[in-house]
Amino acid sequence: MASTQGTPPALNNAIVRWIDKRLPIFTFMHHEYGVFPTPRNFNYWWSFGGIAMVMLVTMIVTGIVLAMNYTPHVNYAFDSVERIRRDVPSGWLIQYLHMNGASFFFIAVFIHMFRGMYYGSYKNPRELLWILGVVILLLMMATAFMGYVLPWGQMSFWGATVITNLFSAIPVFGNDIVTFLWGGFSVDNPTLNRFFSLHYLLPFVIVGVVVLHIAAMHVAGSNNPIGIDPKGPQDTLPFSPYYVTKDGFAVVIFLVFYAGFTFFAPDFFGEPDNYIPANPLATPAHIVPEWYFLPFYAILRSIPDKLLGVIAMFGSILVLFILPWLDTAKVRSARFRPIFKWFFWLFVIDCVVLGWIGGNPADAELTIGGLHIPLLWIGRLGTAWYFFHFIILLPILGKIERPLPLPASIAESVLKPAVAR
Amino acid sequence: MATSSKSATIPGGAGHGDGATRRDFLFIATGAVGAVGTAAAVWPFLNNMNPAADTLALASIEVAMKGIEVGQAIKVMWRGKPVFIRRRTPEEIKAARDVDIKSLPDPEDDAKRVHKGKDEWLILVGVCTHLGCIPLGTAQGESRGDFNGWFCPCHGSHYDTSGRIRRGPAPKNLEVPAYEFTNNDATVKIG
Repeated sequence: MASTQGTPPALNNAIVRWIDKRLPIFTFMHHEYGVFPTPRNFNYWWSFGGIAMVMLVTMIVTGIVLAMNYTPHVNYAFDSVERIRRDVPSGWLIQYLHMNGASFFFIAVFIHMFRGMYYGSYKNPRELLWILGVVILLLMMATAFMGYVLPWGQMSFWGATVITNLFSAIPVFGNDIVTFLWGGFSVDNPTLNRFFSLHYLLPFVIVGVVVLHIAAMHVAGSNNPIGIDPKGPQDTLPFSPYYVTKDGFAVVIFLVFYAGFTFFAPDFFGEPDNYIPANPLATPAHIVPEWYFLPFYAILRSIPDKLLGVIAMFGSILVLFILPWLDTAKVRSARFRPIFKWFFWLFVIDCVVLGWIGGNPADAELTIGGLHIPLLWIGRLGTAWYFFHFIILLPILGKIERPLPLPASIAESVLKPAVAR
Repeated sequence: MATSSKSATIPGGAGHGDGATRRDFLFIATGAVGAVGTAAAVWPFLNNMNPAADTLALASIEVAMKGIEVGQAIKVMWRGKPVFIRRRTPEEIKAARDVDIKSLPDPEDDAKRVHKGKDEWLILVGVCTHLGCIPLGTAQGESRGDFNGWFCPCHGSHYDTSGRIRRGPAPKNLEVPAYEFTNNDATVKIG
């Protein structure tokens, strides 16, 4: 990486020079975002990190403005959100941007993660980079969950009840921990207050971990679609203007979809029940979490034992932490792994199927012809496959699979595309 | 800076070879006091999240029992949770008593879940022991599940006419709160 980083930037402005001598932020930006050598063969899947960053900033900005009109009290929370939508100037727009922004933030991050899995971006020397990413995912989940509670609708309340009750599965101390989380004997005003406080805090913690994530990325450099390291200047391009432009274009296209949903189908990702104020005496007939939690919810429900179900659900995320060591293949990119490539897509399908199961009632059935298949069975199969993929398939596949020959360099693969594909 | 060979001769310096020195002791003592002090400082912040005095003060309620007919059930609010009060029919009591207790997921005798001589009155915390949803079956017309008690719609737990878990993911029977009959059995005090 050091080849282009050695040259200091030419700073023409005297004030900029004065600042840079005392705090070299301009030199830093020049090195890390100006001339930063970036593999020249990125496809658009590499834009989703930048897109996720844009969504994080969008969520923080809309959230800060929403907090100016939101009241975290069980008697006023629901009405204050309705007031934001109806009475507060532009409130409808900012509230819908925030609500749909959560979904699109997760869309960007899930694609970003699947890209990392397909191209083996978590492998040596990028294990810690990947782990920091999983930490960001966990923080996002906590933030999204607590944010969903704030409007204090039926799904808010019962989602909060079910999720906090997960901790009651912990032996011995479970119920005390739940009481501690609630600040009372049920999800109530103290719970809403602390969730609001933490919902405001955690995004800034995410920003902190994102900084570490990007810092780690700038140490190892980016992975790329063929997964071999750049060997010299002919394999890279300066980040600016090439990838600033490319990512910028991708961001705009992504924002078109985001804006499309926000303006034309703002409740597409939501649940109608959350427009009913929270009622602690009546559970909705069909509780579902937000769509981005559905695969994990399906894993929870597929296991008949309470504690084991909770362990499996958390385990499905924690297993990602050790993914760099579970995948024993030396070749990074799935382009050169003929068998893994198929199992990757099978894994993606498995995640989608689990999401579909999680969105259905626990006792639903799939009817094909005269055949009634309980969704629970499909969910169990999907859960088994999820863990099989990580714990058994990946370690073995890396040993037995014979990868295709790798191109000599990125430059060669770009100039002779037929070799890379 | 002294070289390593010289530092061994400095009083209180790193004692090479002969184990602990006064400086080692001071390091450990300082670290230990610092750790205890940090823990003491963190505690109020954690304790702050426990239930407050006013939350704890809402500990008991009194409910009038008049008007609850045999076979009927009502739902009241206690500590932010529903409490089910069901006046059971003789058949329901018989069904609860006739079960082989050993066959239950959470074995408990029906007689121990009601007050002596008050077999009619089944009083339960109406919170599913799985993940905290409110089981159906209290109001008329709601599904009572396969065991004629309660049915939790969230994840499919079935409870019987004693509020005991019979089938589904819930690990325990519905909780019986502390209660006593007051005013010559006209009211019940829960909590």
